Amino acid sequence: MSQWVIKGIGTGIKTTAYPRGAERAAGVTPGLPRGGDVGAAAPALVERCLTHALEHTNGVISVDSRRCVHCYRCVRGVGQPLNWEATYEWGSTIATPGLKNELGQPFRRSIHVLVVDAGDCGACLNEVKQLNNPYYNMHRLGFFITPTPRHADVLLVVGPVTDQMRFALRKVHEAMSTPKRVVAVGACALSGGVFAKSFVCSNGVADVLPVDVEVPGHPPPPLAILHGLLVAVGRKQPLPLAAAGYEPT
Amino acid sequence: MNPADLKEQIEGRWPGKTQVGRDVSSSTTEVTCTRAVLADLCRCIFQHWGFGFAGLIVEEDSNAWQLRYVFYGERDAGWVHIVVSAPVADNVFPSVVEWIHAADWHEREAEDLFGVRFDGHPHLGDFVLHNDAWQEDVQPMRHGFDAQAALRHRLPDADWRPRRIVQEPGAFVMPVGPKFSGVTESVHFLLETVGEDVIRSSTRLFYKWRAIEKLAEGKTVDEVLLLAERFAATTAFAHGLAFCQAVERVSGAELPARARALRVFLAEIERLRQHAGAIQGICESTALVVANSQAGLLEEELLRVSGELSGHRYLFGLLTPGGLLCDLPTNACRIALTQSQDILKRLNELERRLSISSSFLDRIEDVGVVRLSAATDYSLVGPVARASGLVRDLRRAQPYSGYETFDYHVPSEQEGDGYARLRVLFAEARQSVRIIEQATAVLKEGDVCKTVEFRPGAALGWVEAPRGGTFHWVRLDEGGRVARYRVVTPSFINWHSFHLAAEKFAFQDFPIILSTFDLSVAENDR
Ligand code: SF4
Repeated sequence: MSQWVIKGIGTGIKTTAYPRGAERAAGVTPGLPRGGDVGAAAPALVERCLTHALEHTNGVISVDSRRCVHCYRCVRGVGQPLNWEATYEWGSTIATPGLKNELGQPFRRSIHVLVVDAGDCGACLNEVKQLNNPYYNMHRLGFFITPTPRHADVLLVVGPVTDQMRFALRKVHEAMSTPKRVVAVGACALSGGVFAKSFVCSNGVADVLPVDVEVPGHPPPPLAILHGLLVAVGRKQPLPLAAAGYEPT
Repeated sequence: MNPADLKEQIEGRWPGKTQVGRDVSSSTTEVTCTRAVLADLCRCIFQHWGFGFAGLIVEEDSNAWQLRYVFYGERDAGWVHIVVSAPVADNVFPSVVEWIHAADWHEREAEDLFGVRFDGHPHLGDFVLHNDAWQEDVQPMRHGFDAQAALRHRLPDADWRPRRIVQEPGAFVMPVGPKFSGVTESVHFLLETVGEDVIRSSTRLFYKWRAIEKLAEGKTVDEVLLLAERFAATTAFAHGLAFCQAVERVSGAELPARARALRVFLAEIERLRQHAGAIQGICESTALVVANSQAGLLEEELLRVSGELSGHRYLFGLLTPGGLLCDLPTNACRIALTQSQDILKRLNELERRLSISSSFLDRIEDVGVVRLSAATDYSLVGPVARASGLVRDLRRAQPYSGYETFDYHVPSEQEGDGYARLRVLFAEARQSVRIIEQATAVLKEGDVCKTVEFRPGAALGWVEAPRGGTFHWVRLDEGGRVARYRVVTPSFINWHSFHLAAEKFAFQDFPIILSTFDLSVAENDR
């Protein structure tokens, strides 16, 4: 067994500087489209977006990140691509304006997170799973995954909420003690993504539960999910609305 | 068996009841037959002539049912489609499960979603549509059914009880899920036990059913491509590729050489990453902390390789019918190659360490065994099949995208236990890097996309996805829209056999057995 101990120590510290500093490694985030003035190209770009995440007024494009499914149709195979930003602090609180840190001081450094898959494609869940690996190591920030609603402070939901999961999702939420927070992760959880709205799917978590923090992205990278959790406990500022793309920039 | 012999045999055995046609370009033999000979014909093809079963495709046109049983052989044998039709009002077909056990779940799905009956099937109903939630008379895949319709659901039935088989004194059922454990997909397990050991288990799936086959109907090709990439996004590229290949085959499109090589390159990058993820899952389930961390590092690094190379960590937005949506600079591919080679070295080191950790081996050897005979009956695919000695790989058997020009081998093992599956994953990761090397070497400058004129018709697209063979059937209508999209995924195929592996084991082995199968619920539920 000693080989593992030596290997573990020999590997050294890999953990990201975030949230104290910025993470600059390549490939940690897919980024998000950012609106802007594209002039005459705007109508064609808006047309290309199949999930209707784009709108334009007088050549200025605004992006509804909740609907963006990272299809890259607005940047690839077009003459004039839309601006794209490689950020990751995407957690925002549009669903509950004026959100206060109702979880309170005692929770700031010890939060138990319950993860419910309400029909995700596997990618959001895989990115949540990465938070436990040494690169992100969410434990150092006091976030722990719990399998039981009775211990959970934060409910993290991925997926558009399929009908056959709706009942389980509601029950899990009811079983959690207050105060509690709901973090909806990924475009599907925020808008239903490419699956909504149909006879088996709702338009995202907000159709079923009150959502406190939204993390757009398809899937959001681990750092964005981490930011969403930090917002939920009041340790990071939510993304300003304009930057989240809900309003024209 | 070559196609000429096949034709002769079939026409000789069932004269007048079958019609055999051959399409050389898609190496497909299409046999039209009557319901009376269907089961017998299927039995010969599957049991005597050694074809694998790819799936059942049900189509409803204005006044008739068409059921298409798809089989695949090695290389020259090509594909065999058995097609049987009947008027819409007459919806009873003979079940083939007695001869082709692999068709079991296909028939159950078709019965649930189309209302087609299969005479002789032992257990229909309560499959995709859970009986405690759905009104009985709903048949969502029928043409008349509106995908946008709001439906009245039943409240969950408090009296619902699982079917039980174990009848010993003190036996009880332990329900697990759909929400269970830490970060897991939603699925429900019923573990039948008398105490310490689980005697039998069964899985209740489709909590995550998003009905992508229904959603696809009437949509444009580009819209459906979004669905194909996104319904099981841990292997997004493989599914997107299978869909694109089907569309390209319908439309008779030829691809530029650079697009073909890049597709192979990206498909193997994805396989390498998914295998690293599966290995991480296995290390995690055995609670070997350092190995788990090491594998986790490698998986995250591979996600970053994909992100750096293509912009997206799961390779979204690259595929389009006719090639790729954007070119990847050759230099970026070389960088990704070097990174993959470096990661592979550490993956090899991890394997070496695991292979001498007796506490790890104790937990993974001889657990979750699937024998070769069972693997054949269930027509399993991917690493799970190859670990049981069933050496089937679509890249070899029915090459696409130029795989026939690459030099690699298809690893396999005989034991069919958890450790065999783990060794296959490691060995395949090595082969993937070999293919990535060759794909980088053959990259020539040139276009990556050709415009495709969509033509009406139907075709099958297939890909050896990281979890195994996936089969996408696409029918385009006159207007170039998708009329039918049928997706058979490796998780759907392999999950069918999971209960064999999860039989007579101690409770604590359950996560280990599950992780060595590397099953995706999203991929199964669609
Ligand atoms: S990347 Fe997002 S904003 Fe751009 S076209 Fe696709 S869905 Fe729309």
